[in-house]
Amino acid sequence: MTIALLFLAAILATLLGWLLKQTFNAAPWEAEVVGDAAHHGPFGDDKAKFIALLTFLAVVCSFFALILSAYSLRMDLGDWVPMTEPQLLWTNTVMLIVASAVFQWTRNASVAGQQSRLQPGLLITGVLTLGFVLGQFIAWQQLQSSGQYVTTNPSNAFFYFLTGAHAVHIIGGMFVWARATTKVVLGKGDASEIRRSIELCTIYWHFLLIVWLILFGLLLQT
Amino acid sequence: MSYVAIADRDHEQEHHDPQTFITKYVYSQDHKVIALQYGGTAILVGLIALGLSAMMRLQLGFPDEFSFINPENYYQFITMHGMIMVIYLLTALFLGGFGNYLIPLMIGSRDMVFPFLNMLSYWVYLLSVIILIISFFVPGGSTGAGWTLYPPQAIMQGTPGIDMGIILMLVSLAVFIVAFTMGGLNYVTTVLQARCKGMTLMRMPLSVWGIFIATILGLLAFPALLVSAIMMIFDKTLLTSFFMPAISSMGTDPGYTGGSPILFQHLFWFFGHPEVYIVALPAFGIVSDLLSTHARKNIFGYRMMVWAIIAIGGLSFVVWAHHMYVSGMNPYFGFFFATTTLIIAVPTAIKVYNWVLTLWEGNIHLRTPMLFSIGFIFTFIHGGLTGLFLGNVTIDLPLSDTYFVVAHFHMVMGVSPILVVFGAIYHWWPKITGKMYNETLGKWHFWMTFLGTYAIYLPMHYLGFAGVPRRYFAMGNTEFLPDSAQDLNAAITISALFVAATQLLFFINMIWSLTRGPKSDPNPWDATTLEWQTPDHPPKHGNWGHELPEVHRWAYDYSVPGYEDDFIPQNVPSDVAPAGRDHGGEH
Repeated sequence: MTIALLFLAAILATLLGWLLKQTFNAAPWEAEVVGDAAHHGPFGDDKAKFIALLTFLAVVCSFFALILSAYSLRMDLGDWVPMTEPQLLWTNTVMLIVASAVFQWTRNASVAGQQSRLQPGLLITGVLTLGFVLGQFIAWQQLQSSGQYVTTNPSNAFFYFLTGAHAVHIIGGMFVWARATTKVVLGKGDASEIRRSIELCTIYWHFLLIVWLILFGLLLQT
Repeated sequence: MSYVAIADRDHEQEHHDPQTFITKYVYSQDHKVIALQYGGTAILVGLIALGLSAMMRLQLGFPDEFSFINPENYYQFITMHGMIMVIYLLTALFLGGFGNYLIPLMIGSRDMVFPFLNMLSYWVYLLSVIILIISFFVPGGSTGAGWTLYPPQAIMQGTPGIDMGIILMLVSLAVFIVAFTMGGLNYVTTVLQARCKGMTLMRMPLSVWGIFIATILGLLAFPALLVSAIMMIFDKTLLTSFFMPAISSMGTDPGYTGGSPILFQHLFWFFGHPEVYIVALPAFGIVSDLLSTHARKNIFGYRMMVWAIIAIGGLSFVVWAHHMYVSGMNPYFGFFFATTTLIIAVPTAIKVYNWVLTLWEGNIHLRTPMLFSIGFIFTFIHGGLTGLFLGNVTIDLPLSDTYFVVAHFHMVMGVSPILVVFGAIYHWWPKITGKMYNETLGKWHFWMTFLGTYAIYLPMHYLGFAGVPRRYFAMGNTEFLPDSAQDLNAAITISALFVAATQLLFFINMIWSLTRGPKSDPNPWDATTLEWQTPDHPPKHGNWGHELPEVHRWAYDYSVPGYEDDFIPQNVPSDVAPAGRDHGGEH
């Protein structure tokens, strides 16, 4: 459980630091200690979706940190046999890295107001991400055809679980991507709304890329 | 400052302004309606769990008298009672119910920041409840593995409901977690982003603080339950060996290899212990506000109360293995977890002292909500103290799996939060419905519930010391137990049935209030918090009419010297009324 605890410590420390800044030396029972100043959230105005996304990423982090904790605990038991990962995972990883990079490029274009780049950017990202998910599925097929089923060994079971859980999160992100892309392709929707969607999606893509790199590294090592 | 509160943006509100009956009361995006949907569903499903506990008590008090209770369904009753009460009632009611109702009103917002997600959260919660209910009716019935669902027995021959029952239970939990996450993202974001002008974090009522920190705990802890639920579904359906050890069942080999049941316990309690505080922290917050309001006195040590909530929240993540002392662990781990468990007593005790000191020299009005709040202090101290016993490894080992444990956790996280739930419902009932309830009936409800629960749980401590094991369907001819243990069990059952029946008073009171109750004043308790200052009573969609409130003070300006009223609402400007400290505060 050390992994989960370390992760939690990081999240709680961030939260505590912020709360401390807000509350330290505040004397709310005194008159107007804060004056009539309008309140604004930790990241300024208009950031509700951004905060919700950050909170959600913390939840997802907790989810994966706990699986990894379980992974490390289970690995120490006698019946664990390290598995050989399919080579295809390298190709998939490259696709996800490029997808993330293209998303960043699209985001930058969106912020700079270069609307013409949005459509190709989003479509390329989509194709690459879909390619990653399909690639993962094919990797599963390869494993199964070589007789490595989910019950063969706990290391296999964890492989299917981790890659599956990661793919589900990507597919969830694809829904938001699809909404933004539809708006861009059809030329509908508010430009700033689309920009915000793209910005948030980009963060989510980078996040899932980092999660994948950690998972992949761990799978290769063990 | 150019900041425009999210709640202030009219277009946000317009797009979900309800038009028809369906959008107003069924597919509603109004936080108040969603709160009632959450609360109503939670209470309904809680009544089922109450019925299940009555069945259990019938068997324990009068063994073999009732032919419809056999060992299999006894275990199903136990399991579903625990699971429903902890998750589908208390978690949903405090966060989905009170969280939804109170957060926007108390922080001066028009609604949650994501109303659609909020609505979705309720419907997904309802789906989880439906899946749970369906599990009662599938072949083999619901699971009887105990609410902790420990493998390997949860999915092995011999435990009731190992076919569809356990699978539906796990799926229902997973769906619940999805619902909670949607709601939780909303509560956190709303508290951070949608407070009205002047509502700094340190001016928020403690109810909001309790709900806010409990939500963060939930968001970080529920994934542990999700992970363990998914892995157990795999173990059950795909025959993986995450948790299932190499084991033979009824002479056959189910095909499992060397998994770790202890791993499940770690994951489960990594969620399970914070869960205690997911239920307790909102109760702490709400009871602070109730005590302060009905004692006409500012809460003692507000800042300390806030930090105690935060400290308890943080510490609750590093005590989980105190539930696993008997599972076997390195003695140093036992020492570590015993120490952290006892450390949690410090912020908790601070809270208790502060509640008592809030009452000290207060102008105490013993109305129904206040009775329930004071009752909570009693039951919570009681349950908390027995927690100190069980937190120590050496005392826990002999008391583990006895009725002492049952008494402890029912006092601390059953009765205590439920007393707060009742106190809170009585307190906010006039705001929610615009009607007053019957005070006499409310007081009867309190005294019978309060004394009745003591009649149930005090004797259980003795049974526990005597070594009566929990979870047993029947004691049989257990030699070390005196015959009087059975007499005590019968008395407990009678008390339990009595307490269950007296809850009817509550429902009668509420129905009477809705149909014939007198109209309530917009602020019948002379409370300071914003929800009592709404322009409409009960508050309408959008809460605040044309203009959002502006906050000029904290939530606890009661009995400020030199001011004619004994309360100053949060939205009263400082040039109209002074703040407590300005006048010496020597009260």
